[in-house]
Amino acid sequence: MKTGAKILIESLLHEGVDAIFGYPGGTVLPIYDELYDSSLRHILVRHEQAAVHAADGYARASGRVGVCLATSGPGACNLVTGIATAYMDSVPVVAITGQVPTTLLGNDAFQESDITGITLPITKHSYLVNNAGELGKIVHEAFYIAGTGRMGPVLIDIPKDVQTDVVADPETVPEKVSIRGYQPTVRGHPKQIEKAVSMISGASRPVIYAGGGVIASGGDAELMRFAETMMIPVTTTLMGLGAIPAHHPLNLGMLGMHGTQSANYAVTECDLLIAVGARFDDRVTGKLESFAPNAQVIHIDIDPAEIGKNKAVDLPIVGDVRQVLKEINLKLTEKRVQSPWNDRLAEWKSQSIQPPAVDTGLLTPQYIVRTLSDLLTDSGIIVTEVGQNQMWAAQHYSFTRPRQWITSGGLGTMGYGFPAAIGASIACPDKTVVDIAGDGSFQMNIQELATVVQYNIPVKIMILNNQYLGMVRQWQELFYDRRYSYTELPSVDFVGIAKAYGVPGICVTDPADVKDALRQSLTCDGPFLLDFRIEREENVMPMVPAGAAINEMILGDKR
Amino acid sequence: MKPHTISILVENRPGVLSRVAGLFTRRGFNIESLAVGTCEEPGMSRITAVVIADDEIIEQVKKQLNKLINVIKVSDITYIDHVAREIALIKVSAEPGTSRAEVMQLADNFRARIIDVGTRTVVLEVTGDTVKIDALEKLLHQYGIKELVRTGKIAMPRGSKTVSPRK
Repeated sequence: MKTGAKILIESLLHEGVDAIFGYPGGTVLPIYDELYDSSLRHILVRHEQAAVHAADGYARASGRVGVCLATSGPGACNLVTGIATAYMDSVPVVAITGQVPTTLLGNDAFQESDITGITLPITKHSYLVNNAGELGKIVHEAFYIAGTGRMGPVLIDIPKDVQTDVVADPETVPEKVSIRGYQPTVRGHPKQIEKAVSMISGASRPVIYAGGGVIASGGDAELMRFAETMMIPVTTTLMGLGAIPAHHPLNLGMLGMHGTQSANYAVTECDLLIAVGARFDDRVTGKLESFAPNAQVIHIDIDPAEIGKNKAVDLPIVGDVRQVLKEINLKLTEKRVQSPWNDRLAEWKSQSIQPPAVDTGLLTPQYIVRTLSDLLTDSGIIVTEVGQNQMWAAQHYSFTRPRQWITSGGLGTMGYGFPAAIGASIACPDKTVVDIAGDGSFQMNIQELATVVQYNIPVKIMILNNQYLGMVRQWQELFYDRRYSYTELPSVDFVGIAKAYGVPGICVTDPADVKDALRQSLTCDGPFLLDFRIEREENVMPMVPAGAAINEMILGDKR
Repeated sequence: MKPHTISILVENRPGVLSRVAGLFTRRGFNIESLAVGTCEEPGMSRITAVVIADDEIIEQVKKQLNKLINVIKVSDITYIDHVAREIALIKVSAEPGTSRAEVMQLADNFRARIIDVGTRTVVLEVTGDTVKIDALEKLLHQYGIKELVRTGKIAMPRGSKTVSPRK
């Protein structure tokens, strides 16, 4: 005899969950009562949005499914942005919400909202549980759906009476999940793979365009083997950073709106584009007609719906990136040597604009990120907020391995970074987790300072503070004649705020102090906040204006 | 852009129809008709959707539908030989005298049945493909259509071919 709440907790433990992020409320009281005696670790956040971002950060850092818990109505609604964030970046998250009792469902009861309805377009799947006996099976299915195929968030909405119902004979949970309408294709079609191999062997100017799918599938080693065997240069999307080490000779860097010159030129001039776990997002392609205009396209993706969605493809291969690359590698026996194409790209790479140096006397974000990168190397996990801070981090941190880079790519969610960093730190306590933040984004979930103090979560917060909503200001500068409409933010004493919550911090204004401040932050045992007062009107360059071709970059000044 | 007839086999569970319908709206696919009912498989329903779009969009519609966990099979039967029907109930002004006789004559020609007769109206029930119902509707306009209800199209392949999943 077990209650629904007990079945839920036992099911979570059965799935190997070690931590959940949540916030209590009326309709999840039975679950919280079960949690009280359970071995499951619960992290109390200060806003439900932080719970889901933390679960998302946990999932991205560890590769496991992240779990969050919220009450009905406002609690559930506060999850929406985070669920959408996870959906856009294909992150495995299981979101559990309380719901009003089934007897009140649909009555506009206190704190009722139709959360399965609200989240329909932003979940991979969802459940409204109406029978406690099914809970075990549903949880097992939800984890399976979230963590397989093209991963994504799954919502389980549990009415309060289902949590308290006592079940004598719960439905047995089969070890292997079998869902008739859900059978992701993992292995690529052998004929297609053969065709790909011949296209690859025949290309003279090939480029690999690697996305988040490489990270999600754990396909980085196969990708490297593939690229090195055939001497194919690799450009990655924002989500694909870390799929190939930053300093690898074949790495062209990121492509797209804030991509490198070498990557954008390479894609424009290639004769074969091999898209691997990437989805031709508009921030990557710019003007679609000018994206890889002379190239044949091979597209490898586990989600058939991504193939041909934005860009016509010559050869589709549906399957898990790691599996497909493995099959391709088995067929590529002859190693290729350096070609004129490689030489040309190397030349472009050497001509790319350099980041501002330290001796300008100005406190620039590029210098700060590079210094952090030198200090942390591959022992760090970099989480970002959204905006200029995110792009400077993407451009100037040298990522050496997958899951080292955690950022909201698809939805571009401000306020994501700090709570996601909390999740990453819980998932990987042996790693140094740094939230590279903007002053605007950080203020969107600043209340989580209380959480890091309560559990002594050693997240390092690094605010690149320009007292602007910097990316919007940059667009206003470039495209709206410097009319800074509501993008200026008054100065905030972040160190004072951190101190009020119990987090130590330093404000840095002089470039000469950057290294010491970073060192102090990294060697501190607990959370730490750094407030870098950077050059206020520094821009993210290069930049492709929205709607332009990706080789039509604004390069900015060559300092 | 032409009408495509898509047959969708789904699990008969709460919320499935709204998942399917919601997918059409939020992705901007223009849906012409949607008919749903139980089918030969226990626990399943079949949805017939008519979508007006070019082939490329239809490909995307099918792929997106296939991603839904409760969707078992999606078949575009536009280009395979199939039978299709819908039912319309049409309430027409039919004043006693000439116009009533004319309406009844028309109904007869279209093999429509008169299922209700009022003092100043009749209700016709007509079954057929979309073109036939459109034609009758057009002809009845001159008498004054008071109310019209159509079921939306249902369809299945001719002969031994089916859109059932392979067993």
